[in-house]
Amino acid sequence: MDDLYRDYILDHYKRPRNFGELEPHDLEAHDHNPLCGDEMGVHIRVEGGKIADLRFHGQGCAISQAAASIASEEYLGMPLQELADLEGEWVIDLLGIPISATRRKCALLNLKVMRGAVTGDASWPE
Amino acid sequence: MATTTTPALDVRADFPILSREIDGRPLVYLDSAATSQKPAVVVDTMNANIHRGVYRLAQEATDLFEGARARIAAFAGGETATTIFTRNATEAINLVAYAWGREHVGPGDVVLITQMEHHSNIVPWQLLCHETGAELRYLDVADDGTLSLDQLDQELSGGRVKLAAFAHISNVLGTINPVAEMAARVRAAGAMSLVDGSQGVPQLPVDVGAVGADFYAWTGHKALGPTGIGVLHGRREILEAMRPFLGGGDMIRTVDFQESTWNDLPWKFEAGTSMIAEGVGLGAAVDYLAALRMDRVRAHERELTRYALERLAELDGVRVIGPPDADGRGGVISFEVRGVHPHDVAELLNRENVCIRAGHHCAMPLMRRLGVPATARASFGPYTSRADVDALVASLGRTRELFGAS
Repeated sequence: MDDLYRDYILDHYKRPRNFGELEPHDLEAHDHNPLCGDEMGVHIRVEGGKIADLRFHGQGCAISQAAASIASEEYLGMPLQELADLEGEWVIDLLGIPISATRRKCALLNLKVMRGAVTGDASWPE
Repeated sequence: MATTTTPALDVRADFPILSREIDGRPLVYLDSAATSQKPAVVVDTMNANIHRGVYRLAQEATDLFEGARARIAAFAGGETATTIFTRNATEAINLVAYAWGREHVGPGDVVLITQMEHHSNIVPWQLLCHETGAELRYLDVADDGTLSLDQLDQELSGGRVKLAAFAHISNVLGTINPVAEMAARVRAAGAMSLVDGSQGVPQLPVDVGAVGADFYAWTGHKALGPTGIGVLHGRREILEAMRPFLGGGDMIRTVDFQESTWNDLPWKFEAGTSMIAEGVGLGAAVDYLAALRMDRVRAHERELTRYALERLAELDGVRVIGPPDADGRGGVISFEVRGVHPHDVAELLNRENVCIRAGHHCAMPLMRRLGVPATARASFGPYTSRADVDALVASLGRTRELFGAS
């Protein structure tokens, strides 16, 4: 069993959850990782201050795609304020795999895009 | 299929790093297009000269440095006086874009480059065109990774092209461009030409006189030499007429309060303290390559490329990008693995100490042309062996298995 490319990571990579377009949507953002060219966008529908629905889209490596898919299931129903306060370690813990410094941005791209859509802050999560 | 009678090179013992093991596995280095490994003679020469000559004995340092320049010039078929040292190929190209381009390129003129250029042969021309109001135009890359001479003629026939710049060998596709023919056509149209030889000099016997371009740029660290040194060969009358690039010490003859006069070639373009250790190191590198003979280096890498193309074709789901035939290619192979992102390919190969590159290879416009976000790339040097190619193929097979790729 590979430490990084575990079965559930590969499963989320090949069959990503909550991927596609969402029309109509209330919030959106699009961003990329300039190092490797991974790109990711998100459409979000908001109800009562919470994330009612979302869809990621874009292309990238197994880590960036699986991380978005796994995190998307947690984002559903999350209050916007809670999302705005999330830190990078939240994604890393959620993935449950050892992420090297070179792959950290792959894992965090989905949170960067989500925070960009919700808060307008397009900086990399800490 | 043609066979060769040229024996493969066996020079691995000259490169100490290749005997290094990580986790008990040998190093399989397939990233020579990014930077070559250095033979012990280059490393030893630099160390010895830094400690013995450079700081204590200025004349000895100068002799070593200028001696290296003469040998580097001869290695590439250039003249000593028109062989200018820069920090790297990027700076060599910028030198031309600033010192020649700002003087001669204006509104309505065209700078012509190709879709397969490295960023170092794109961005300096973008800056020039944005500043001067000139237009930056591109020769297309065909699906087989080649350029069209007909399209070159068509662009030149418009009469607006002031300078054309193109790679000798693509660092992504491996395509060997017909640079002598291209330079001749550019010249016949009354325009200037620049060849980016960063991948050419390490892989082919290069005679810049025979290529016939007005400028030919390359870099040391891809040609078994150190980082921090590049080379610009230029046509003498053009270099003499050009204004300087960087101002400072060494590049002047006299300095008065308001005006200065310029040193002779090549020093007119070398402001400030020279990169002495790097020059001497590159001198040792070209001595090493000259002793190997570049025709044998080319034959070795062509056979390896032919072998690698054959072996990669055995793998389902692996698609090679660029010219299909080893004769038209340098030792650079970009490929895609269906269902596996290039970064995952590189990461998985790295587990087995197989070092390849993944990404846009500083050629983002070419990635757009190819319709891919990135590629995986294996590239060869004189020290690369068939066993390295076998390790690549075996590792790629396991990558496909892990991803259960279809």
